[in-house]
Amino acid sequence: MDEINSGSETHPDSPSVQGNHGIKVTKSCTIKSSRETLYAFWRKFENLPLFMNGLVSVTQNGNSSHWIAKSPGGKKVEWDAVVINETLNELIAWRTVEGSDVSHAGSVRFKPAPGNRGTEVTVKFEYDAPGGKLAAKLAKITGKEPSQQVEKDLTHFKAVIETGEFPTTQGQPKGEK
Amino acid sequence: MKALCWNGKMDVRVETVPDPKILNPRDAIIRITATAICGSDLHLYHGLIPTLEPGDILGHEFMGEVVEVGSEVKNTKVGDRVVVPFTISCGQCFYCEKTLWSLCDNSNPDAYKNAVLNGYSTAGLFGYSHLYGGYAGGQAEYVRVPFADVGPLKVTSSLRDDQILFLSDIFPTGYQAAENCNIQPDDTVAIWGCGPVGQFAIRSAFLLGAAKVIAIDNVPERMEMARQAGAMVISSDENVRELLKEFTGGRGPDSCIDAVGMEAHGSIYDDIKQKLKLETDRPYVLRQAIMACRKGGTVSIPGVYGGIIDKVPMGAAFGKGLTLKMGQTHMKRYMDPLLQAVEEGKIDPSFVITHRVKLDAAAQAYSTFSKKEDGCIKVMLTP
Ligand SMILES: NC(=O)c1ccc[n+]([C@@H]2O[C@H](COP(=O)([O-])OP(=O)(O)OC[C@H]3O[C@@H](n4cnc5c(N)ncnc54)[C@H](O)[C@@H]3O)[C@@H](O)[C@H]2O)c1
Ligand SMILES: [Zn+2]
Ligand SMILES: [Zn+2]
Repeated sequence: MDEINSGSETHPDSPSVQGNHGIKVTKSCTIKSSRETLYAFWRKFENLPLFMNGLVSVTQNGNSSHWIAKSPGGKKVEWDAVVINETLNELIAWRTVEGSDVSHAGSVRFKPAPGNRGTEVTVKFEYDAPGGKLAAKLAKITGKEPSQQVEKDLTHFKAVIETGEFPTTQGQPKGEK
Repeated sequence: MKALCWNGKMDVRVETVPDPKILNPRDAIIRITATAICGSDLHLYHGLIPTLEPGDILGHEFMGEVVEVGSEVKNTKVGDRVVVPFTISCGQCFYCEKTLWSLCDNSNPDAYKNAVLNGYSTAGLFGYSHLYGGYAGGQAEYVRVPFADVGPLKVTSSLRDDQILFLSDIFPTGYQAAENCNIQPDDTVAIWGCGPVGQFAIRSAFLLGAAKVIAIDNVPERMEMARQAGAMVISSDENVRELLKEFTGGRGPDSCIDAVGMEAHGSIYDDIKQKLKLETDRPYVLRQAIMACRKGGTVSIPGVYGGIIDKVPMGAAFGKGLTLKMGQTHMKRYMDPLLQAVEEGKIDPSFVITHRVKLDAAAQAYSTFSKKEDGCIKVMLTP
């Protein structure tokens, strides 16, 4: 399987980050839009900060990209990634380059949903977490444990595509206390 | 602005908070001219819905004037007089397109919390805890309304606020409850709860052609209001199932509406289990409705349930081949036609109001409504 270019044929879901102690997250949702639109939107990595929490910017340069994220505390984290696999309108997979602050691999797959339901989008993320340190680091960046964060980001992606915005209450009034 | 804030169980206060701002391009800000307290607010007041936070602004039944719109709002204009549905809907997802408005995919910012409870998240609601998005509610002077071109219904006729306000929730809710019964001519509909939702369910059942409506409650003035609509009334302190049999020639009602929900009175078993937190809800009425319903009938449940319930007679529901229908109201289906019914004089929803007070007095009004003191059935608040 080619989701996250895994090394092993017999274990199609084996991690692409080094060692066997990565955290894996898989989340799916159905979006009322065409595969072409969704693929094009995602492939332009500059769009990702529109719905990925904590991500400040992504700049692309051919096959590689530079990612900048910010922790809730305001600390900057940067890494470089390369696209390792892509099939037009179906699949994009990427992985951080060696020596990055953060080591992770991700893929997104687009499949037609039945009837006029749009497109089934499946996101897979793997984080290298030797001793759990990086997982902790990532949780610090996003303020959430990875599974919840990926789910939230995917929900936001869907909302942005379907409605042009994602729901928020940040900045609304509240009583004191 | 002033707003009613939840600070804990049985502790709500009108406080001064910042004015709401446009946060998304499709938002509008409404200056509220009338709002109300709902039976659903009592579940919050009584601390039965988790994830409320101190300071949360309550209120999901409101109307007013549009004072500001976001850059992507196309049809709703500053100055429009609107009534706003309590469910927030995007208008573009799979569910909205199927008019399952209360199941919108894109309106709940806390979708993952709701999904823990329900498997999949449902729509955001105004002022109804962080399971439903944590949106600031409308028991306030101003409120922010997302997807302002989708929910708010513009009213141009000369109807008064008190005639329009309940299109925000309880009239459509009572109507959907009755519509879910698929009422046939000659049908008898039994309705538990003569609170505001029950009152609108009774009147809607008649509008939809029910031959007989039997209403059940034990609060005298609420029973009287049901009688005025033409319902037969049974006290919930009596043997309800036996009386329902007697009044239906031994067949049972063709359909049963549970307009009470998670806080039914009458069962010591559920009282204790709920207090000990062994059960989240008191489903006494639901059990009765399932047992009382005739074979092949429908049990329609507008009353809110929030969690896990005990000893529901699933065998009876299965054995009799019942249809169960439930959920938050798909508001947008009903607001237009029901506004028309009000405009045509078929019904005047203001009948249900017993108390009209200023927003400043909202905390006292919660207490009065909760204790059913002073003949209180429905409170309308004005800022
Ligand atoms: N589905 C929706 O979208 C929706 C919308 C609004 C309200 N609701 C729910 O509808 C329910 C009723 O709302 P309301 O505003 O009328 O509330 P309410 O609290 O004013 O009325 C409830 C009534 O039920 C009566 N009751 C309690 N136990 C009973 C029993 N064992 N038998 C018969 N009657 C009994 C009470 O005396 C009271 O009159 C609540 O659960 C509320 O949350 C649902
Ligand atoms: Zn309500
Ligand atoms: Zn929607």
